[in-house]
Amino acid sequence: MQNEHLVLTEVTIDFPTDSGPFRALDKVNLNIKKGEFVSLIGHSGCGKSTVLNIVAGLHQATEGGVILDGREVNEPGPERAVVFQNHSLLPWLTTFQNVELAVDQIFKGRKTKAEIKDWIEHNLELVHMSHALNKLPAEISGGMKQRVGIARALAMQPKVLLMDEPFGALDALTRAHLQNSLMEIQETLGNTVIMITHDVDEAVLLSDRIIMMTNGPSATIGEILTIDLDRPRNRIKLADDPHYNHLRSEVLRFLYERHALPEKVA
Amino acid sequence: MNSISLPSTETLELETSDIDHISKPKLSKIDSQLKHETSDIINKSISDEDSETNPDTKEHRKNPYEELKRIRKMSFISTLLIPLVGILVFLSVWHIGAAQVETSLGTLPGPSQVWHQFGGLIQEHKDKRTKELAFYERQDNRNAKKLEKNPDAKIKVRPYTGSPTFFDQIITSLITVMTGFILASLIAIPLGIICGMSAGFYAAMNPLIQVFKPVSPLAWLPLVTIIVSAVVVSNDPTLPKAFIISAVTVTLCSLWPTVINTTIGVSQIDSDLLNVSKVLRLNWITKVRKIVLPSAMPMIFGGLRLSLGIGWMVLIAAEMLAQNPGLGKFVWDEFQNGSSNSLGRIMVAVIVIGLIGYLLDKSMLILQKKVSWDKNAILR
Repeated sequence: MQNEHLVLTEVTIDFPTDSGPFRALDKVNLNIKKGEFVSLIGHSGCGKSTVLNIVAGLHQATEGGVILDGREVNEPGPERAVVFQNHSLLPWLTTFQNVELAVDQIFKGRKTKAEIKDWIEHNLELVHMSHALNKLPAEISGGMKQRVGIARALAMQPKVLLMDEPFGALDALTRAHLQNSLMEIQETLGNTVIMITHDVDEAVLLSDRIIMMTNGPSATIGEILTIDLDRPRNRIKLADDPHYNHLRSEVLRFLYERHALPEKVA
Repeated sequence: MNSISLPSTETLELETSDIDHISKPKLSKIDSQLKHETSDIINKSISDEDSETNPDTKEHRKNPYEELKRIRKMSFISTLLIPLVGILVFLSVWHIGAAQVETSLGTLPGPSQVWHQFGGLIQEHKDKRTKELAFYERQDNRNAKKLEKNPDAKIKVRPYTGSPTFFDQIITSLITVMTGFILASLIAIPLGIICGMSAGFYAAMNPLIQVFKPVSPLAWLPLVTIIVSAVVVSNDPTLPKAFIISAVTVTLCSLWPTVINTTIGVSQIDSDLLNVSKVLRLNWITKVRKIVLPSAMPMIFGGLRLSLGIGWMVLIAAEMLAQNPGLGKFVWDEFQNGSSNSLGRIMVAVIVIGLIGYLLDKSMLILQKKVSWDKNAILR
């Protein structure tokens, strides 16, 4: 029981449509350890985001459920912070204020004003954004916005960090940069992370385990791959590592051979 | 809870097209013209680079400073010169056309006669003010003398009772429309926010909104008059009944665009931002303050501008019909008066009413710029 941190049991979800209920997920079972970094990978429409939204509490499972540290998840909350794909910063608030909104909400009454200010600055420091505290989201680059989004999530001191394709909209160089930052942060804080990704390299580089999902409808977990590469990981060294390349081709084989999308859909 | 099906697309289209009507056509025309011209210049200069066939234009575009000057000149032409031409054409058509129309009150006045009447109204205002000052001076002198004789004497201070001038009526109308409009906004914005956030509340309100929205001010007026007369019993001179009646009529008619626009604005908030609010478990007030209001602000302002425009039109009609003090009463009095000056004065009033309506809209735009978080947004 003490090993059970985040448990998904028989999670099934039906969405109502005009032609009857549509089964998006079918009996997803997953057990995630504390401090583990897990990636969800699969083709578009396979229900990756739905899994994440159920863990976040934004969607309710039709059958089955999610238990975090012995408590059932049935509504959204700051202990399961979400980093959204398109950063979702409030465009009218500065970098600092965006993080402040979260910190104020969670630490109101528990921290003094000075402590709150320090905590906001500390978290923006973690993502290397201290230089742009008073900038509006429109004034910073896409990568920077995503950094602030991560800082906002980290500042909530979540038990689980949920990331919905956090780097999907960024260019390759910025993405590599942010992946390094994320590895650093995870090294120091040891958060439990669930990340959705389309990027095989990203999944292998960052994760402890990769959850590969079958195609929908009625998507479920197809295979789980454990990434037993030593940390800290270095992308340049790994590029020539035969084990890394083997793991990488495992994921590719799953995605493009065993569970390739039918031609007409792709 | 907060995903709300929009009102029928019909209303949505109606509202947005309404917003467009305010001032967009003119502006966008100019804008597109300008864009067209600048892109022309750019295209030409690009084509010049690879073709050396046209020495004439080539020479013309060599200097970037000249280029800038040319663009400035273009924008000067499109923002000032062309509108000016439009106004001049209108004035000459008016001048020629008016001379052809014989009415019971003489020939229809042209622009110059109307301008003359405007001068007359200013003079009349000045004269009345001098009279008023003289009246108060006399009264003060009289009272001072009385007090000199007997310090305990009762003094009477009577207000000046001269009829209001054209400019007094303008002030009255402005105060009335702003009162009605502010009252309407105070009701409409919160109502719209609740409608936008709660599908159930919206479903309950929607039929009422749809039914009351198209009611003409002329239909409200008798009801409002009777109800206000019954409810307001005090004879406080600072808050005359006529003023309350006009203001309430304005409120009733200018409520709806703001309610509808706010509802649409609130219901269209980016669902990701709402998810942020859910994950943070923001309470209702913080959510409204930090997320709902800022994102719905442009739509709310669109509604407010429509409301103020409607309020101004309604007020003039209400003042005419109910003989409540204000510009509408001025027009009606001149109509009843039927002197040789009347037609010219009514035309002055028409132009002034139009100009004030335009300025009210402009001031809302300035307010929006002040309040808006996005200082670079192009407002029109």
